[in-house]
Amino acid sequence: MNSDFTKAELERYSRHLIIPEFNIEGQRKLKNAKVLVVGTGGLGAPLIQYLAAAGVGTIGIVDFDIVEDSNLQRQVLFTQEDIGRPKVDAAYDRITKQNPHIKLVKHNTLLNSNNALDIVKDYDVVADGTDNFPTRYLVNDACVLLGKTNVYASIYRFEGQVSVFNYTDKEGNLGPNYRDLFPSPPPPGLVPSCAEGGVIGVLPGIIGSLQANEVIKVITGIGDTLSGRFFTFDALSFTTKTFKIQRDKNNPINGKSPSQTTLIDYEQFCGIRVDKKVERQVKSISVSDLKKWKDDKVDFELIDVREPYEYDIANIGAKLIPLAEVVQRLGEIPSDKKVVIHCRSGKRSADAIELLEAKAGFKNLYNLDGGILKYADEIDVSLAKY
Amino acid sequence: MAKIIIPTPLRKFTNGQAIFTSEATTIKAVLVDLGEQHVSLNPHLLQSDGSIQPFIKIFLGENDINTLKNELTEVNDSSEISIIPAIAGGSN
Repeated sequence: MNSDFTKAELERYSRHLIIPEFNIEGQRKLKNAKVLVVGTGGLGAPLIQYLAAAGVGTIGIVDFDIVEDSNLQRQVLFTQEDIGRPKVDAAYDRITKQNPHIKLVKHNTLLNSNNALDIVKDYDVVADGTDNFPTRYLVNDACVLLGKTNVYASIYRFEGQVSVFNYTDKEGNLGPNYRDLFPSPPPPGLVPSCAEGGVIGVLPGIIGSLQANEVIKVITGIGDTLSGRFFTFDALSFTTKTFKIQRDKNNPINGKSPSQTTLIDYEQFCGIRVDKKVERQVKSISVSDLKKWKDDKVDFELIDVREPYEYDIANIGAKLIPLAEVVQRLGEIPSDKKVVIHCRSGKRSADAIELLEAKAGFKNLYNLDGGILKYADEIDVSLAKY
Repeated sequence: MAKIIIPTPLRKFTNGQAIFTSEATTIKAVLVDLGEQHVSLNPHLLQSDGSIQPFIKIFLGENDINTLKNELTEVNDSSEISIIPAIAGGSN
């Protein structure tokens, strides 16, 4: 009998123990490992489930969000009964039932510059499954500053990316990190998030499972990790590619002459605050005032700048002119009466108004505050939210 | 002709076109050729000074062009160029 494993554990993990390259040493490393999974969503679901099943001794889970209907298309950790619950609570309950031999630590919080170092420091490996650029750079920088390996994965529509960042190999060579690859993020709005751009439901299952595999290799030391390599998968064409990546001497956090020695304001770094200020410069109307205008039969035009496939999910009877077409279809937008422009949440419609005011001098445009999502919440609950 | 693969997030600027071919003989010339055919793609690939955006990586085969001759890297009929953009999805 092996003293650090119970009989139940030895039986549970027996398919690992009989792999010659893995054996009980590999299992012992998993049991002693502490892995922090950032984001309990599409990628987090397979990650947490496979790491728990494999016997990673301590798994920390970070998320501030609650489970919503629209999560269930891909976040297979959750069920219908979990809707409305904090994701970390739902994940905790599910995983505790899956493997009672491991320890789960809940971090029901938004990871930010004030708490990231404190949370990350207690773990050996971080698995990044977040959904926005500020947190991507925050997780990367925290890992570099604390000397932790960051197992990275990201998805968009039909494409996935996986790599292992800030990993020191057996010879003591430190591999590249996210900033070596992408020194700075795209401006806000250029690359939509999955919430805006969509993602095929099975993709996070595929990519998150590859990510879990890399975590297990990093912990156990078996095989060759993706450190120094960048894997991409296109689910539409079923094309996989693996590129070579290197450290960059100009990396601001661990290049030749680092200029950054601590965490920074990542929203500002990613240009998000500036963008919000610009949005507020346009005139706006609340969903309740829009309802009143409709009820009072005020003479106004309602224009929807979303895409046709969004219009098909839910619409409030507006004229559809997608954002990319507003300049070409200027003639269809009245200038002699009030015009309310809306989109899903209010950002694209604000962009449209700025564009129309700058290009054609419109002064009669109002942005629907909160977009059709807020209208669905406060005025017409029969509308589908997405 | 060199083949350049357009990633999903940028295909809305190429009318959905996933593969672009060019007779140009350097990475820079291929990108110029691509930009002339799809003008709205330009700002997503190149900065105002003509250098590649910091959120885009260009690979020739499996190699980062930064480890070759950057934009001046030569290409030929058998070259496959990949554009890899930063994407951030994963949780929601």
